[in-house]
Amino acid sequence: MKNKFIYLAIIAAGFASCEPEFENAVDANYTAGDADFTSYVAIGNSLTAGYMDGTVSRGSQINSYPNLLAQQFALVGGGAFTQPSYADDVNNLGGLMLGGMPIGTTRLVIDASQSRPENIAGTSTIEVSNLQATAYNNMGVPGAKSFHLLASGYGNVAGVALGQANPYFVRHATSPTATVLGDAMTKNPTFFTNWIGANDVLAYATNGGAKSDGMTPADDHNATGNLNPTTYGGNDITNSNVYANVYNQIITTLTSNGAKGVVCTIPSVTSIPYFTTVPYAPLSPTALGGSTNINALNAQLYGPLDGIFTAYGEPNRVNPLSATSANPILIYDADATDRSAQITGALTPTLGAPTAAAFGAVFGKARQATAADLVVLPASSVIGTPNASAPSTLININGVSYPMANKWVLTANEKAKVASATAAFNSTIVSIASANNLAVADMNAIMNQLVSGLQIETGQIYTANYFSGVATENKVLFSLDGVHPNARGYAVIANEIIKVINEHYNANLPLHYVNNFPGINIVGSN
Amino acid sequence: MRKLLSLTLLALAGSTAFAGGYRVSIQGQKQLAMGHTGVAVVNSAEVAFFNPAGMAYLDKKFNLSVGGNALFAKTKFQNSQYNWEASTENMGTPFSVYATYKINDWFTAGLAVYTPYGSSVEWDQDWEGAHLVNNIDLQAIFVQPSISIRVGEHFSIGGGPIYATGAVNFNRNLSMNPLLSDSEGNPTDVTLDAKGITAWGYTAGFMFNPTDKLRLGMNYRSEIIMEARDGDATYNDTPSFNPLANTKFDADLPLPAELTVGLSYEVTNKWLVAFDYNRTMWSVYKALDVKFANGTESLNPRNYQNSSTYRFGTQYKANDKFTFRAGMYFDESPVQDGYFAPETPRNDSMGYTGGLTYQVNSKLGVDFSFLYLHFDEIDNSYNYSTDPISGQPNPDFGGTYKSVVFSPGIGITYGF
Repeated sequence: MKNKFIYLAIIAAGFASCEPEFENAVDANYTAGDADFTSYVAIGNSLTAGYMDGTVSRGSQINSYPNLLAQQFALVGGGAFTQPSYADDVNNLGGLMLGGMPIGTTRLVIDASQSRPENIAGTSTIEVSNLQATAYNNMGVPGAKSFHLLASGYGNVAGVALGQANPYFVRHATSPTATVLGDAMTKNPTFFTNWIGANDVLAYATNGGAKSDGMTPADDHNATGNLNPTTYGGNDITNSNVYANVYNQIITTLTSNGAKGVVCTIPSVTSIPYFTTVPYAPLSPTALGGSTNINALNAQLYGPLDGIFTAYGEPNRVNPLSATSANPILIYDADATDRSAQITGALTPTLGAPTAAAFGAVFGKARQATAADLVVLPASSVIGTPNASAPSTLININGVSYPMANKWVLTANEKAKVASATAAFNSTIVSIASANNLAVADMNAIMNQLVSGLQIETGQIYTANYFSGVATENKVLFSLDGVHPNARGYAVIANEIIKVINEHYNANLPLHYVNNFPGINIVGSN
Repeated sequence: MRKLLSLTLLALAGSTAFAGGYRVSIQGQKQLAMGHTGVAVVNSAEVAFFNPAGMAYLDKKFNLSVGGNALFAKTKFQNSQYNWEASTENMGTPFSVYATYKINDWFTAGLAVYTPYGSSVEWDQDWEGAHLVNNIDLQAIFVQPSISIRVGEHFSIGGGPIYATGAVNFNRNLSMNPLLSDSEGNPTDVTLDAKGITAWGYTAGFMFNPTDKLRLGMNYRSEIIMEARDGDATYNDTPSFNPLANTKFDADLPLPAELTVGLSYEVTNKWLVAFDYNRTMWSVYKALDVKFANGTESLNPRNYQNSSTYRFGTQYKANDKFTFRAGMYFDESPVQDGYFAPETPRNDSMGYTGGLTYQVNSKLGVDFSFLYLHFDEIDNSYNYSTDPISGQPNPDFGGTYKSVVFSPGIGITYGF
């Protein structure tokens, strides 16, 4: 009897401390496999730095893909992961200031009251000349091309005004003569990611193939054969041999102490909303002011131009505007045959010599855009507005009666140069990775898949579209600058790299849950 | 020694124990200790719940049973694909009050007040499943006046109306998309609150005693639909670009019908064994659809299926002072694969019960009971939620769940 009581009491006491227990702890199977994440260093450009909505900000940096990777690495022995400090971005506005003057814009948000993207109101508090002089694990430098990572002086504050240094690197370069790669190596990396090369071709593309004056064509050094990057213009396409040499040097250095890593390929322009959002033919009859205006434009401009171009063997270079369907914009094409003399000659009898010469100068290299051309995102706020450098108000409406400048359009020819260079760079990346037994995250393929819809592990489908209303918000992975992913996009990128690491290095790392990441920032008013 | 034991048993403060879905099968200390059998057991006024027909067989003229439990439920959740871990610990206090009065030889009246349904689950606010539930608290109290009529020596019938009153308080995040949050990044959430919901039902049953050792019983409690009307829907942490206005809501929550058949057998005059089979008609719970006064609605499929519970109990009257009880049961969960919502995270379970009565004197006794519910670890998910902003289906939400539930109880029995 007494024993029964004791027995019950013991059972009772035992149950009081009952806790549910799983057969396997949640992290029972996580492993780094053949990789060593003790010191992880990320090399790259803005995509690596956590740039989104047109800037790096204190908030955006938290969701950079290297930071997201480091969180998972920490579960399997990964060490501390540091990023350049944005503690001075107290209001989370982003932007950049040098000597108190703004040199970068605050981050883009959607102003719900205006239904459009705007730079968030406020003045940036990120002062470039507050030098940190520290090497960080995240060595992503917005704007950097491949050869910049080896350039001494790229982090010298005195060089910013001269265009020889990069303010983002200046903020944390360990000395005015330090190189990005040199600073990275002081962290003794055991593991790295390398995503460099996008700017070697995309600087050209995002500027519509023009130099910084917006008109003069930038150089494609695969055509010029110039192998000296110190003479390259900011928007030029890097020569692919130069790229290969530089890339090889970077990888050799990174792996010199046995570090392993992942390299990423460069996306193609056709998969980035910056190039695919503005249609080549946005001029609806209503936008053009109806059939009266259209008839007037045809009579005074399109008709005569069409006649002249047809006479010289280019019947479809300009066609009369349609009153029933949307019309292509008028653009300046640097590769078009120059017909200024012919236009001047043909129009002198009706307009007089000076006016005809003005027409010739303006429309000599003009043509209508075609489906093969890509119109850059910022062009959408320029099309249909008056152009200050037009010789007359009769022919001054951008895209309608005045050709869009070189920088607003990536013509079919320019696009082909970009595609060819992209393919060459990616081929280099893959072969150097293979030679060094590194994993390859094929971002080019992933972004291409986004165009038709990328389905991720949760079943959700994401697209490469630009944000177009709250209902689309949970499908877009690109931020409001149209080039860089938003936080959710960086989570998808981080997951793709994790999958590649798990496969190549026999690791088992958990993924990030993409749905929990913010997409577009919408504010009530700005 | 015995005082120490009873104190130890008392120290096992419990938590909410669920028997399938949100059914709380704790309607009597004596019977709970016997595996919650009772449809064919005449021990005390508790029979007013288990089978009102049995009231006619009680010895004493007046019987009273009052009891309560402290019910603890602990559930842990994990998902190793995304490195998620979460847990919830909850406490509930089911109680019961039963009284019977023998008016004459063949007619007995009784009153039963008990809490057959309840759910109290509180996850961390904004946990990974917050778009499904942050916390929920629902309870129903049934008030059941009943009569029992003895028809001849061996047979009786009984039954009565059930007046149900209940309340629900439920909070969840509106969307898993962080876009829908206030300027500090706190996700927008909505609280649904409805009190004083009332509805009617009934209970009916019979008891048949072919011999003086064997009893057979059947009881049916009807389905009761709790209709929440004009409850309060309050939005918190709304975004600056869409300040949602608080509104009202309507929702129906069904409390399913339950059919029980069973028997008890006196092996000796000290030793009784009992078997019960419950069939709960959970298929009435197809969805939890909430209609808001602002025109929107939230449709949440549940698709519960009818489920069975198999119970065994035994009772041994050691002497005039002590009676010991033990029991066990297998409880099928009504939740189907793919419909495993974290507000009722329960799969099939095995219940183990025990208890005793200490008879202070011929009128008064003190009852003790203890319940332990064992759940296997289960991998399951909820695949049918929709995002209210985009109208698109949310991804499946799931992982591995493991629960432990235990509950001590205490009651008094008084009769003369």
